[in-house]
Amino acid sequence: MKILVCISKTPDTTAKIAFTDNNTKFDTNGVQWIVNPWDEWFALVRAIELKEADPSITLHLITVGESDADPIIRKALALGGDEAIRINASPAESQFVAHQIAAIAKEGNYDLVLTGKETIDHNGSTVGGLIAGETELPYISLATKLDRQGNTLTITREIEGGQEVCEVEIPVVVSAQKGMAEARIPNMRGIMAARTKPLKVVEPIATNEYTQVIQFELPAPKSGVKLIAPDQVEELVRLLHEEAKVI
Amino acid sequence: MSILVYIDIANGKIKKSTQEVISYGADLSAITGEKLIGVAIGNCQDQLEELGSFGLQEIVHIGKDSNRNAPAETDAWAIATLAIEKKSTTLLFSHSLSGKLLAPLTASRLKAGLVSGVISQPDLTDGFIVKRSVFSGKAFAKVAIKTPTRVLTINPNSYPVKQRNGTAEVTNIALEGPASRVKSISIEKTSGELPLTEAGIVVSAGRGLKGPENWGMVEQLAGELHAALACSRPVADAHWRPHHEHVGQTGVAIAPNLYIAIGISGAIQHLAGVNRSKVIVVINKDPEAPFFKAADYGIVGDAFEVVPQFTAALKKVKAS
Repeated sequence: MKILVCISKTPDTTAKIAFTDNNTKFDTNGVQWIVNPWDEWFALVRAIELKEADPSITLHLITVGESDADPIIRKALALGGDEAIRINASPAESQFVAHQIAAIAKEGNYDLVLTGKETIDHNGSTVGGLIAGETELPYISLATKLDRQGNTLTITREIEGGQEVCEVEIPVVVSAQKGMAEARIPNMRGIMAARTKPLKVVEPIATNEYTQVIQFELPAPKSGVKLIAPDQVEELVRLLHEEAKVI
Repeated sequence: MSILVYIDIANGKIKKSTQEVISYGADLSAITGEKLIGVAIGNCQDQLEELGSFGLQEIVHIGKDSNRNAPAETDAWAIATLAIEKKSTTLLFSHSLSGKLLAPLTASRLKAGLVSGVISQPDLTDGFIVKRSVFSGKAFAKVAIKTPTRVLTINPNSYPVKQRNGTAEVTNIALEGPASRVKSISIEKTSGELPLTEAGIVVSAGRGLKGPENWGMVEQLAGELHAALACSRPVADAHWRPHHEHVGQTGVAIAPNLYIAIGISGAIQHLAGVNRSKVIVVINKDPEAPFFKAADYGIVGDAFEVVPQFTAALKKVKAS
């Protein structure tokens, strides 16, 4: 069995969000980069668990990014995985990223492609479904549990008003969320091993442009909190009713 | 030419977020002159014709085995086929659990540009530019779609529902196309809880409550407001509350009209999941809690005193 885990480089959860060049570019000044938590905590760790249960599994990581993504993919490799692939291009839009990963997934005959449910910068929740569309593989979104018996996967996914347990034969694309696994911290041995694991750099395939970010905007700043004394809760109710008009 | 809206059905009911998406489609169709068509898949107890009052002109209802009502890849194929038949230029989904499955699969089949989490009508002066929420609600991006066919998912609670005069004709057709390769084994429903992402009011509590046994007063306040319950990450991690109630950057991201945070300090990761709320009320005994900076209204006080008073004050208003 061959597993491909998609890894995205995102700003740290505490990073200050600002833009440059007339609000067309994210201001990377002083920003710490991390492995997208949804990819790391759930997709990657579950894949590592599957490999621990069955060492014959081949586990590859993939990212679409320029050379500044190398430290991030090495961080992910420190948790586990045999080798990584980096598509040498800026991840400009979800269709582009999905086409690149789909091409590798098809060429490498991967049996399970795992993504996080979304990235914490773009929040699209689209790449997994688009990869499935391009590879023509079945897609299971927002999975909270994944068990394997040979070539059959039993997956629990979140649906409107509840959850669904479903069964699917590999190959398949799955997006992972909370519940799939418990986050891990890389150990020293993992960090050392990650340095020498193969990282293959591949040039992107040509694709059409589907969408383009024109400009970013920051939300209008809050006008400041209106404090109400703790013994004046009725005043709060009045304000919420008459001023804010939300109750 | 048409605009196609996906009608989201959960447990036989049409979802409120669908009314928002139809209203979005109706406003767009008023500008472009395209016909507004709805597509519903699966068993539905509600009256589909009534959706005409939100602006739908035609509804295609695709029947499906009631036991297998969860959206699946077959649905995406049916939607794409219908979009081709109806010459749809724009397809609209809610950015809901169903939309997150179906929109990318449909976009892929139609080779359409896909923008998810849209919060405003498109600017059509130079192409088709929509605004979406990015960086976990900390910013917005204006995105141009370059393809002739477009797929959008609209963020719940971001577009007002508008009632209109109108009726829609419903056509019933059978679901065709290849069988889904994903086999549904069972569906477990969470009992009657309002989905967090769609709730108009959310009451949330954090470590300041000291333990799960103290949630009664929070539940009473939420009950009085018809609000959904949420919690901070440490509370979910400590198993005081179920994980699906965790709001924040790595939990559920929400945008209700009113968010009430009780005993939550307001770490940046928590704010990232709630900062799109229209009005934020913070109750915290620590005046230095960072949450007050993001709040509209605040009470510096002991939650164990303030929350029961809050519930009582609401009851009093309701009684008068």
